[in-house]
Amino acid sequence: MKYFYYPGCSLEGTAQEYNLSTETFMAAVGAELIEIEDWVCCGASAAAPTSHLLSLALPAINLAIAEKANAENQNGNLDILVPCSACYINLKRVEEVTRKDTALLNKINLVLEVEGHQLQGNIHVRHLLDVIVRDMGMEMFRERLKKPLDGISVAPYYGCQCLRPYRVFDDPEDPRSMEPILKAVGASVHSWNKGGQCCGASHTTTKPEVGLELVAAILKEAKGADAIVTVCPMCQMNLEAYQKKIAHKYQEDINITILYLPQLLCLAFGLSENKIGLDLNLSVTDQFREKIGLKQRKSSE
Amino acid sequence: MNLMQKTKTKTKTEKDDQLTNKLLTSVKEMVQTCMQCGTCTASCPNAFAMDYTPRYLWRLVLMEKTDEIFHSKTFTLCSSCYYCTLRCPRGLELTDAMALLKQIAARQKLPQYKQSSLFYKNFMESVRRHGRVREMEFMTLYFITMKNPLVPLRFIPLGMKLMSKGKVSLGNPLKRSGALNAVFKKVEELEAGS
Ligand code: SF4
Ligand code: SF4
Repeated sequence: MKYFYYPGCSLEGTAQEYNLSTETFMAAVGAELIEIEDWVCCGASAAAPTSHLLSLALPAINLAIAEKANAENQNGNLDILVPCSACYINLKRVEEVTRKDTALLNKINLVLEVEGHQLQGNIHVRHLLDVIVRDMGMEMFRERLKKPLDGISVAPYYGCQCLRPYRVFDDPEDPRSMEPILKAVGASVHSWNKGGQCCGASHTTTKPEVGLELVAAILKEAKGADAIVTVCPMCQMNLEAYQKKIAHKYQEDINITILYLPQLLCLAFGLSENKIGLDLNLSVTDQFREKIGLKQRKSSE
Repeated sequence: MNLMQKTKTKTKTEKDDQLTNKLLTSVKEMVQTCMQCGTCTASCPNAFAMDYTPRYLWRLVLMEKTDEIFHSKTFTLCSSCYYCTLRCPRGLELTDAMALLKQIAARQKLPQYKQSSLFYKNFMESVRRHGRVREMEFMTLYFITMKNPLVPLRFIPLGMKLMSKGKVSLGNPLKRSGALNAVFKKVEELEAGS
């Protein structure tokens, strides 16, 4: 298993622990990641409202760089692995639209030309969860299992953009793909219907009164679970950073551990918490640490 | 003001208007076959906060009620969850249509959309300068442009929390400098010309 790796801007900043745990996880299962050289920002949710062409050209630069590397070396035809759902959908869109629309591909190439790039449109973009679900057998997880997550109930949170609009590896209406993985590492699956519901994305910064409402609805439904796992930095941040505010606003205890999926899997593999950047998470409860057999941390907050 | 009826001339703002008209026509084409079934409204997680429902917004687009569209906050509340796009029985690309309306509003510099468009604009400015987003710079730019002393305060608790964890990216600049100036310029040129 070998992939081009597109970490994206969040994974260099607020989501460093997602970057770290993805790398640790991939190494643990014997997969190799080759970071796309000089990758550029995908435009996040900001490019589309600014300019349609720009929202395609930015991700296209990354696809073109990876395609060129595919053509030049003997690695074969590697796919691009993307852990951030917002980056994923932007890169994936370019793959999808250029396959159907040659005129648009040509227009994008007019832009890429100024940077000396050219896109053929034959590379595949894949979300981290897609790679975990479809390229790795459950055997791989069972073989590496050192600390089974017995008695731990996990609520799988998929968010929106790894599921929709591109139907790739899961049912966009009723996502279930994380369930066998969670079970393979010994956890039980918290049954809820919020897995594919929207966390409000950038609303928490631009329209907090609306964003917090959506986040609160998700956290309330997670009651009874020991943790929520996410596969996107924006979802992670929304679910972990506003818990106090929400608890205050709704006068309800909604405090819960929020982990990235690869963090949870690495814990089950018995890997140490510094290898997954656990101290960078904003919400890991004492009860969770105790249940999973981690030493209590001296509280600094 | 009916944006669709502006005439063509060469000044910068008139050129902007031309583009706006073109974009608005595209939105109309995107929802042309809407049959007003309301599936989009029923699917939208943000409908509770909207003044017009998504279904009604598409009706306004078809009727070219420009004023109503842009005085409504409906499209600004789209969080791109893609539920409506997934479920629309006509297979319309509704999330993209919402994004286009946001783009038009940003170009028209409408006051009620100011906060979100500044957020986007500053984000993209950071991308243009560095090729990647440097979160510190982007936030600072955002605060400065907002010129609203009340807004940054909202970010302080989270910002402090993130900084204390060393999580705010100071950026890994690309090897080449002047990052994406040429790309941004070319895009502008192509969008103005076509
Ligand atoms: S779901 Fe589609 S057809 Fe139905 S009202 Fe919405 S846009 Fe129109
Ligand atoms: S994509 Fe936007 S308009 Fe459509 S359902 Fe989601 S939030 Fe509502």
